[in-house]
Order: sequence, then C-alpha cells, then structure tokens
Amino acid sequence: MKVTTQWDVVCKVADLVPDSGVAVWTSSGPVAVFYLPERLPALFAIGHQDPFSGANVLARGITGDIKGEPVVASPLYKQHFSLLSGQCLEDESVRVPVYRVLVDGDQIRVEQRLGSRDELAA
Amino acid sequence: MSKKQLIVIGNGMVGHHFLEQFVATEAASGYELQVFGEEPLLAYDRVHLSEYFDQATHADLAMGTAEWYEQNDIMLHLDEAVTGIDRDQQTVTTAKGSHPYDAVVLATGSYPFVPPIDGNDHPHCLVYRTLADLDAIRTSAEGARTGVVVGGGLLGLEAANALKSLGLEAHVVEFAPRLMPVQLDADGGAVLKHKIEELGVRVHTEKATKAIVAGSECRLRMEFEEDDYLETDLIVFSAGIRPQDALARAANLEVGERGGIIIDNQCTTSDPRIFAIGECALWSERIFGLVAPGYTMARTLASHLNGDAEAAFSGADMSTKLKLLGVDVGSIGDAHGQTPGARSIRFNDEAAGHYRRMVISEDGKTLLGAILVGDNGPYDTLLQYALNNIALPEHPETLILPQSEGGAPALGPDALPDTAAICSCHNVTKGDICGVIDAGCGDLGSVKAETKASSGCGGCAALLKNVVDSELAKRGVEVSKDICEHFAYSRQELFHLVKVNGIRTFRTLIREHGKGQGCEICKPTVGSILATCWNEHILATDHVPLQDTNDTFMANMQKNGTYSIVPRIPGGEITPDKLIVLGEVAKEYDLYTKITGGQRVDLFGATLSQLPEIWEKLIAAGFETGHAYGKSLRTVKSCVGNTWCRYGVQDSVAMAIFLEDRYKGLRAPHKVKMAVSGCTRECAEAQSKDIGVIATENGWNLYVCGNGGMRPRHADLFATDLNDEELIRTIDRVLMFYVRTADRLQRTSVWMENLEGGLDYLKQVVLEDSLGLGEELEEHMEGLVGTYQCEWKTAVEDPEKRKRFREFVNDERTDPVQQWTHERGQRRPVTESA
Ligand code: SRM
Ligand SMILES: Cc1cc2nc3c(=O)[nH]c(=O)nc-3n(C[C@H](O)[C@H](O)[C@H](O)COP(=O)(O)OP(=O)(O)OC[C@H]3O[C@@H](n4cnc5c(N)ncnc54)[C@H](O)[C@@H]3O)c2cc1C
Ligand code: SF4
Ligand code: FES
Repeated sequence: MKVTTQWDVVCKVADLVPDSGVAVWTSSGPVAVFYLPERLPALFAIGHQDPFSGANVLARGITGDIKGEPVVASPLYKQHFSLLSGQCLEDESVRVPVYRVLVDGDQIRVEQRLGSRDELAA
Repeated sequence: MSKKQLIVIGNGMVGHHFLEQFVATEAASGYELQVFGEEPLLAYDRVHLSEYFDQATHADLAMGTAEWYEQNDIMLHLDEAVTGIDRDQQTVTTAKGSHPYDAVVLATGSYPFVPPIDGNDHPHCLVYRTLADLDAIRTSAEGARTGVVVGGGLLGLEAANALKSLGLEAHVVEFAPRLMPVQLDADGGAVLKHKIEELGVRVHTEKATKAIVAGSECRLRMEFEEDDYLETDLIVFSAGIRPQDALARAANLEVGERGGIIIDNQCTTSDPRIFAIGECALWSERIFGLVAPGYTMARTLASHLNGDAEAAFSGADMSTKLKLLGVDVGSIGDAHGQTPGARSIRFNDEAAGHYRRMVISEDGKTLLGAILVGDNGPYDTLLQYALNNIALPEHPETLILPQSEGGAPALGPDALPDTAAICSCHNVTKGDICGVIDAGCGDLGSVKAETKASSGCGGCAALLKNVVDSELAKRGVEVSKDICEHFAYSRQELFHLVKVNGIRTFRTLIREHGKGQGCEICKPTVGSILATCWNEHILATDHVPLQDTNDTFMANMQKNGTYSIVPRIPGGEITPDKLIVLGEVAKEYDLYTKITGGQRVDLFGATLSQLPEIWEKLIAAGFETGHAYGKSLRTVKSCVGNTWCRYGVQDSVAMAIFLEDRYKGLRAPHKVKMAVSGCTRECAEAQSKDIGVIATENGWNLYVCGNGGMRPRHADLFATDLNDEELIRTIDRVLMFYVRTADRLQRTSVWMENLEGGLDYLKQVVLEDSLGLGEELEEHMEGLVGTYQCEWKTAVEDPEKRKRFREFVNDERTDPVQQWTHERGQRRPVTESA
C-alpha cells in the first residue's frame, strides 16, 4: 500500500521552550515536541502519552542524555524514553511513537503518516 | 517413633529467641513444642517497651507472629500461666490441665521488686515491666499532675521519662546517694542528676520511704525516714528486679540464696530434664538483667539440645549504652575499678555536662572499664578496646579527651580483630561480617538481613556500618559519590562550585564542570542549588528545564496527569473567610478536597490550564503558594498553644507562623518539615520533624533531624531554653549547614546520621561555631528571607510564564484521557478497579 504523509503545522517556534518540551494536538492525537538547542538536530517529537500510566504527560518530563542518547524522563514514574527511537530504556518491550519534525519559517511542522500508519507501527 | 515433648514456660524475649534458634536445628524434628505464656500477648520487645507511650502498638513491638508459631508447629498457649511442675510424673500443670514433658525450658524472666513499705498496695502504686503495666500507668495518669518513680536505676529513669511524656511533673526518689548506682560512680551520677534535672525531672537521692499514706494536695503522700514528705498522684516502683523462680522453688529445684534458678554452662538446672534461660537463671552466682546474655543462653541451649557437645555459656558482657531522657549514659566492664591495681583517668567538663572515666589495668596496657555521661561518642571505641584486649595507645587519655584538645581518632574498623564482637545481641563478630560479604552480600542491608546484626537493641548500628563500609571498600566495591554520569561531583561539591564561582545557570555549570546534556538527576539538583544560592524565580527561562515536573508547574502531578493545589496555611491557622474561599474555588472547579496530614487543605484534580486561574483567585484572597511540590519547607505544624490551651506555656501558634513565614520557599536537598508545641505534651509532634520546637517555662527546646515517613526517626534534643532570638539563629544555622552539605534527596535525619561526628559535630558547628561559619550561614539565610517571592504570584502576573500552563500549545482542548467518577460526594479519577 502506498504511504502518504502530510506535514501538519503544530505551533510557532516561539512556543517552544529550550531544553524542554511542549504538547501539541495533531491529527493523530497528542504529540510532545522537544527543543534541545545544544544538539544538532535540535528538534524531536514523540507521543505525548506515557505508556505506563496512560496519562498525557511526556512533554512535561525532564530532558537530557543517557550515554549520549537524547532522552526524556517520564514525569510520573521516571522511565527514560529515547527521543530518537521512542524506545523505553528500562523496558525493551515498550516504545512510544516517533515523528519527524522540522522548522518552516517561524512555524514547526510534524509529519503525520496517513493510510498505513498502523502497519508501519507494527 | 513418637516425638518427645518439649515445653517452654514463658513467652518473653528469651523464650521466643530460644524457639527461633531451636526450630532451625535438626533436633527440632524430634520434638513436639509447646509454649505457655502468662501474658495475654505474644512475646514482644520489652527493651523498647517505653515506645508504647510514644505511638508503638503491640504489633510494632511483637517479636514474631501467630502465623510463625503455626508454620513451625509450635502450640502456643497465651494467657495461661504454668502453676506447677511435677518432676516425678513429668508433667506441668496450668489452670486448664496438665501436660506430660520430656524436657522443660524455664524462661520466666523476672518481676519488679516492690520494697516492703506500708501502703505500697495502694491502687495508684504501679510497676513498669509489661504492656499491661503501661496501660495501668496511662490510666492512673489521667487526671494526675505529679508522678514519682521509686528507684533511680536504668529502668527507673526510663519510667520517669514516660511519666514526663504523659504530661506529669516527674520525680525520681533514690535510696542510694546517686543515680544509676550500679553503672555509675559518684561524679558520673552527679553529672547525670544535673542533666536530668535540667530536663525538668526532680531527683531526690538518699531518700528512704517509710510509708505511703493518703495525701492532702495529691492522691498520695510519701513519708520519708528523713521526716519530710512528697505528695504525688501516682508511684511507679522500679527498685530492681527479682528472678521469677517461684515454679522452680515449688518444684524443689536448686535456687540461689537471693533467688534465681541455678544453671550450669549448658543452662541445665539441678534436674537434667529442666533448663533455665534468661533473667530467671542464675549462672555462676550472677543474674543477667539484659537481653543479650539471655539470647546467648538461648543459643547455647538450642545447640546443646541439638547435640553440640561444645556449646557452653561462659558469661556475658554487661556493658550498656543508653539514652535516658535524651542524656547519653554508657558503662563498660569494670566501671568501678574493682580489679586489683586498676587505676582511673577522669575527664569532667562541668559546663558541657560531660563526664568520662577510663579504668585501666595496673600495667597501663588494657582498658578494663569505662563510664560515660553526657556523650556516648567514645563508647564504641572504648568497648572494642575493652572486649578485645586491644593494647591502649601510649597516651590513653586521648581516647576520652575532646577532639579539640588533641583527642585520638576513633578506633577504625580495620584495627579490630576478626573475633571482635560487633553485635552482641546476635553474637555477630567482625569475622562473620567478612564471611557474608565474601559470600555475596554487597551492602549494609543484605549484611543485616543475613546476620541479623543490629536488629536487637540497635546499639551497634554505627559500628556495623563502619565495618561494612570499610570491608566493602577493601574489596573494591566503590561507593561513588558522583551524582550522575554528567558530573563527577557530589552535591556538596557542586554547591561549592556554584557558590564560589558565582555560577548562575545550569548550562554554564555543565559546560565548565560536567559533560553531556544532563538528566533528571543532576538538573533538579542543580536547580535547587541555584535557588538556594541566588533565589531567582524557578520559572526563569534558564531554570525552567531544570525543574522536576512538580516544580515546573508548581503543583504535584497526579496519576492521571492532573494536579493538586496546596495553598500555605501557616501554623494551620486560617480565617473563616479564607476557608470559605477554598470551598468556593474547589466547588467552582469540581476539585476533590482533603485535609492533609500537614494541617492544610489539598485540592486535587485541576488541569494544567486551570492552575493559573485558580491561583489567581487564591492569591486575590490572600493565599500564597504552599510549596507542596518543592524540595523545600513544607509546613510548620502547630498546636493551639497558651492562648487557649490550659497547659500551654508559650504561644506556639505565633512561633509556628513566624517560622513558616521565615523559611517558606527555602530550597533544600529534600523537603523540610517543622512543628512547634506549646508544652511537653507535644500535640504538634515536633519530635518527628526535621526541626521541632517545644515550649518550656523559660523559652524553647529545639529538636533536630527527626523524620516520619519511611524510616521514622526521633529528633535529637539540640539546645534547651532558648529565647526567640537564639532559637531563630540556631535554626538558621542548622538549616543552612544542611542545605550546603547534604546529598541530594537526603532528609536531615539521614544527613545527620551520615555526618562524620554526628550530633556532636553538628552541635560544635552550630552552637560553638567550630568552623567559624556561623555568621556566614546566618547572612546567607537572611539574604534568602529578604528575596522571597510567592512563585505563583509572580507566575500568574507574567503572561510569558502563564504560557507554560497550556495543555496543548496549539489547541484549547483539554486532555482527552482523563476520566472521572464520583465517590462520597466528590469527583475522583477512574481507577482500574472502578
Ligand atoms: C497530601 C499529603 C497526604 C494527605 O492527604 O495528608 C501527602 C501527599 C504526598 N506525599 Fe507525603 N503527604 C502528606 C504528608 C506527609 C507526612 C505527614 C506530615 O508531614 O506531617 C509525611 C511523614 C512525615 C515526614 O515527611 O517526615 C509524609 C511523607 C512522605 C514521604 C516520605 C518521606 C520520608 O522521608 O520518608 C514521601 C516520599 C518522598 O518525599 O520521597 C511523600 C510524598 C508525597 C507525595 C508528594 C507523593 C508524590 O510524589 O506524588 C504526595 C503528593 C501530594 C499531592 O499530590 O498534593 N510523603 N507525607 C500530605 C501533605 C501535607 C501537606 O500539607 O503538605
Ligand atoms: C522498660 C524496660 C527497659 C529495658 N531496657 C533494656 C535495654 O535497654 N537493654 C537490655 O539489654 N535489656 C533491657 N531490659 C531488660 C530486658 O527486657 C530483659 O532482659 C528481657 O526481657 C529478658 O527476657 P526474658 O525472656 O528472660 O524475660 P521476659 O521478657 O520478662 O519474659 C518472661 C515471660 O515469662 C512469663 N512467665 C513468667 N512466669 C510464668 C509462668 N509461670 N507461666 C507462664 N509464663 C510465665 C512472663 O509473663 C513473661 O512474659 C529492659 C526491660 C524493661 C522492663
Ligand atoms: S502541646 Fe499545645 S495543645 Fe498540646 S497540651 Fe501542650 S499547649 Fe496544649
Ligand atoms: S548489639 Fe544489640 S543489636 Fe547489635
């Protein structure tokens, strides 16, 4: 099946908080966008929902790196999620979705996959 | 082959310990076990009996559980005293019937001696031995003002403390010329007496009671031989113990002249089928009134019954280390110097109330005994010298001189031989500890679990930790102090770097002194350090990403992603108008409302975007943030104090509000809790707080480093009868020193326990200003007090900061996953089971 993608505008550059995350609402639900100015690339987007609690909170976690890998720590129970792969570092079987993200002028866009999103995730 | 019958008489500490030891032997399978206990409750920890007056229950003190007895097939008969032993028929009899035996273990303990004084059978004349006794004392104390303890020994002073904690004016009446005549000499007794009187307990020595008659002001009057008298509402006799040997006497077993069931080295009585252990037993003409020797007898007997021909009881060390009414007392070995040729070295600091005496052998090479009053600091070291015959240093007096006068460092764990007894309650030597470490125990907790060390009287805890730490270090187990992979520094070192180099942002700090981007460990730690150094708003752009989520949003995140709101209610005092506002706001936003354990109100279930609006309303009504989210001062709990309470001696509410206003917002390594009570009844539970203040007739007593929570710790008395100004200055210094030197997430209790030199060191730093830091600490605190701002007020007034409180920065909708239900008239999240 052909995969089509679309780049949603999710917020302004000015909405971002350096070294931290914000939550945005996208056509596929809540997404957490992180801005780490010290890294290249500096933007990351992963699912906002914490798989351990079901609460939408990952954007409110503390960012950092573990052995060089950029991560966010869940604010509820402190598991780390890779901002590159969405992998939970404490539990191999848990992963959150990852989205591509880019700056377009003064706007931030996040990629949404249409059609076979579920198959891709599987 | 049918099993043999073994009957244990007495379900006390030693009887229980015997069963624990015996069921673990092979021989146990050949016996059917039965226990008879006179008390209605399962064996409990009598050593910690007094905690029953604090808040401990029987369950807290119990040594085992009914299930344990069941699992081990031990038939337990409680509330069933044995009334006779028929040695010819080999049966024991109780009110309910008789039981055949092959072997009997007598573990009947002892009973309090009540001197033969006329009137000693008055209903308000009591003793101090069992939980039932304590219940009786509590009942008698109702409506009473004064209580007297007859007997100034170890137990008597403990009983006096209990009377004091029940709110009575406490007196101790002692026949001998000094307190604790068995353990202390005249000078030591005098220092102790002085200290205890300072704490408000009246001590009368050299007083012999002639008769107890009805009183005119109080219930009773004690008439003394000296022709004077003392009126009191109740009397607790604590004039020594007597071995409970009645059964043995009736059964014609050999007993000592002054009581006690005579046993040999195998704990066998004059009848080879009957054994005796614990306080009822007389070995080599000695009774042992402590639990450790009883446990040793229990172990010996278990091994003996298991066929171990070597098992033998060979006496026990009677050294004791105690805290009586908060005063340290220690007595080691031949404290009175009765060994021929023995000589003594004494150190007596009357101002500080410290008395120390070493008893040294004729050749000056070994330590025979010691007495300590006022400070048990040197106890562990001295005990090791005495027990292990370690050669004394050239100038032995350095062991008891204060450090500043050239005192010797404590005897390091390395200097101890493998045979050194570390825990005498459970007979654990240094060699045993090395053994379990070699077998895989990698930390203190597992060593404790494996050896049981330090689970008896607890007196060996500090020494045990030293030994374990040093042995682990020797085996290359590194106890790293680095806070995380980004900084090779401890929290204290980071604090120093920030302060000395004037560093104001995390980014500068990690660039200059760390590596990588940081993580959820170092960021909040540094955030807290920056806050205590420079006190900028925690939501200033540079600081936002450092905060734990609760700090970022200045509210505690709940399991479903919503937040709770806790406004400050200093001292728990609140006007009706403010209460109404809380109710109105809670109603408007449908917030679950609960009174917290900290004397204030928590409103749960606000969404992120509601937080600023709600706070705007609360601030308008005069509320401030309560910092329930911060590692910072939480609440200063208070009792109602002398404005209303008939017992109050100071205005505890005013002091609590003052303290809360002074220290609110102070960022610390962990949260800080305080309380102020208006008198010694202690309704504010100040002794469980990091900083506890209790009013006295003359001012305030300050307690420090208490903790509730996971590992409760009673606060230590730090200074007495301070005026307001002294109190504040002392608290300023203690807190600031804590903030600067503690590890991350270390409450004051753990900090103090890990502080080299412990409480005494802290006292030196704070009260004697031994580091010359006093003024700096006060100025630092003053600076923080002067730059306080209500974080919520600043945030709601700043549109940029308010932007952070949008659930989705591009959409007004609220979080779709929050599901609610109602219970007991309030809204709450749907949980899995609902
Ligand atoms: C609300 C309250 C329970 C209540 O309904 O009464 C409460 C609630 C929480 N406590 Fe507590 N504690 C509350 C009083 C206490 C007390 C009692 C007291 O302060 O008198 C204690 C024991 C006393 C002590 O701390 O020494 C207490 C010992 C703890 C501990 C264990 C601390 C320890 O040293 O062992 C934690 C965990 C921690 O801090 O690491 C904790 C942590 C928490 C947290 C923050 C857990 C969390 O991270 O979500 C709870 C969140 C509160 C919220 O969402 O608003 N809470 N907690 C109480 C708030 C008091 C207040 O007005 O500020
Ligand atoms: C307040 C207090 C503080 C203390 N502090 C310390 C301390 O700090 N350090 C220390 O080492 N020691 C301390 N002790 C002493 C310690 O508690 C005892 O050494 C220890 O309890 C002795 O144990 P035991 O089993 O021999 O006697 P107990 O614990 O007294 O047990 C004997 C049991 O036998 C029962 N019994 C008696 N006769 C019969 C019968 N005929 N039939 C059935 N049951 C019977 C009794 O009711 C009792 O329950 C303290 C004691 C008290 C009271
Ligand atoms: S602690 Fe406070 S409330 Fe309690 S009795 Fe004393 S003054 Fe009264
Ligand atoms: S000495 Fe009593 S617990 Fe170790």
